[in-house]
Amino acid sequence: MDFLRPASWEEALAAKAEHPTAVPIAGGTDVMVEINFDHRRPEYLLDLNRIGDLYEWEVGEESVRLGASVPYTRIMENLRAELPGLALASHTVASPQIRNRGGVGGNLGTASPAGDAHPALLAAGAEVEVESVRGSRRIPIDEFYTGVKRNALAADELIRAVHVKKADGPQQFSKVGTRNAMVIAVCAFGIALHPETRTVRTGIGSAAPTPVRARAAEEFLDAALEEGGFWDNGKIITPSVAKQFAELCSAACNPIDDVRGTASYRRHAVGVMARRTLTWTWESYRGTRRTSEGAA
Amino acid sequence: MRVNFTVNGRPQEADDVWEGESLLYVLRERLGLPGSKNACEQGECGSCTVRLDGVPVCSCLVAAGQVQGREVVTVEGLADYAKQRAEGGCATGACGSAGTSLDEAKGWQAKGDSQTGEGGELSPIQQAFMDAGAVQCGFCTPGLLVAADEMLERNPNPTDADIREALSGNLCRCTGYEKIMDAVRLAAARQSEGV
Ligand SMILES: Cc1cc2nc3c(=O)[nH]c(=O)nc-3n(C[C@H](O)[C@H](O)[C@H](O)COP(=O)(O)OP(=O)(O)OC[C@H]3O[C@@H](n4cnc5c(N)ncnc54)[C@H](O)[C@@H]3O)c2cc1C
Ligand code: FES
Ligand code: FES
Repeated sequence: MDFLRPASWEEALAAKAEHPTAVPIAGGTDVMVEINFDHRRPEYLLDLNRIGDLYEWEVGEESVRLGASVPYTRIMENLRAELPGLALASHTVASPQIRNRGGVGGNLGTASPAGDAHPALLAAGAEVEVESVRGSRRIPIDEFYTGVKRNALAADELIRAVHVKKADGPQQFSKVGTRNAMVIAVCAFGIALHPETRTVRTGIGSAAPTPVRARAAEEFLDAALEEGGFWDNGKIITPSVAKQFAELCSAACNPIDDVRGTASYRRHAVGVMARRTLTWTWESYRGTRRTSEGAA
Repeated sequence: MRVNFTVNGRPQEADDVWEGESLLYVLRERLGLPGSKNACEQGECGSCTVRLDGVPVCSCLVAAGQVQGREVVTVEGLADYAKQRAEGGCATGACGSAGTSLDEAKGWQAKGDSQTGEGGELSPIQQAFMDAGAVQCGFCTPGLLVAADEMLERNPNPTDADIREALSGNLCRCTGYEKIMDAVRLAAARQSEGV
């Protein structure tokens, strides 16, 4: 095994081009488990810890450019206002020790259907900035997950950053597990209200071969909210609307039975989380509407 | 490969390190510092917790090559680290002569009267663990000490929820955690009284 230690992003891209089989290692919280248990013996490890750029984030007008290696701890501490869904999801990852090392770049690299960043990224709307010596491109998050633990990266590409839309409305993240820490999701659900475009986006984790959005549920809800004038009148969401939204979210799942839970439990739990998180976010939207009206 | 890094304030060099090796392995097997424990090698138990550039991490999940040029504090250096901190000094070794040598660290043991703590050489969190009876088999203790000490550095007046959260990555199979909670509360109370 060789340990490659590029000191800059350009050196890292050159190393990856020269050795496409090299396995990048950022926080190591996925890679080292595989090596410790002899599940993986890469020819080359490509250490990304020396590339300072990957640990930085910038808050722009529309979105946050989040360096690939920014640890979850930093996201929780610094980006709660801009990226509330991702900050909540980050807080549910493993333990403080793991959150101090692991980040979204590694979560995307592993592309596990159970990765907690994914539902939040899908719901907020995001693009993954990837680069190789051939050039740079941005992959919309909806096109990033291509199969179980597979993603759209080419062999010579590295993830540089994730551009996540800044929240324009309330967001929530919910996860089912046996404990409040150190738990891989049985299933998870992310939701983001986008009052500016009058749309709602979702993300489902651990209930299909890849992280997915519940598109039919989103379309149904967008239409129902529009039709009822809900965005303007700020009324309580009709229980029948919430119920149908939840059912459509369940229907978007394509889960399996495994040690963590059965397929039917996952479908059921996603529906419950969908209804609850819709209620929470909508109540919060109504609250902010009332305050801004009161102020006017 | 060779890895040069700072351990408990002193520069160290590890030779013949396999590229896939963890920091935990280097500490225990190459530098002879078995304080950090290996219980799972998959980040689940926290018994291997050390500070890497000040940040608590599972040393079993850090590749040895990643610590080149960086600073590690293990449980063997905790007493000295806490002492330096209390004196307003620098405990990481970045500023010179402080720190715990490898021989001192290898031979480290709780000195003095373990009941009264007289004779010192324990960090306040270590003393509190002993006083509160928070140690049974002791396997989880080093990781808990490092994690708890870091929390008290950041958050001198933690709520119970803060303590539980900060220690949520450390498993203990013996104590049922209540005495560990007591120990951390005790250390926090003593810290705020300045004793
Ligand atoms: C005990 C434990 C509990 C965990 N619990 C959770 C949990 O609750 N939720 C959760 O989502 N995850 C969990 N994980 C998994 C892991 O912590 C996350 O997936 C984390 O986000 C990985 O980030 P990392 O930087 O450590 O990745 P690494 O292990 O360094 O890398 C992961 C993968 O991404 C690739 N990679 C990393 N950076 C890049 C890059 N810039 N460009 C291209 N490829 C890259 C690597 O080659 C590798 O394939 C847990 C892990 C452990 C050990
Ligand atoms: S040995 Fe590292 S977390 Fe268990
Ligand atoms: S005292 Fe035995 S595991 Fe904690």
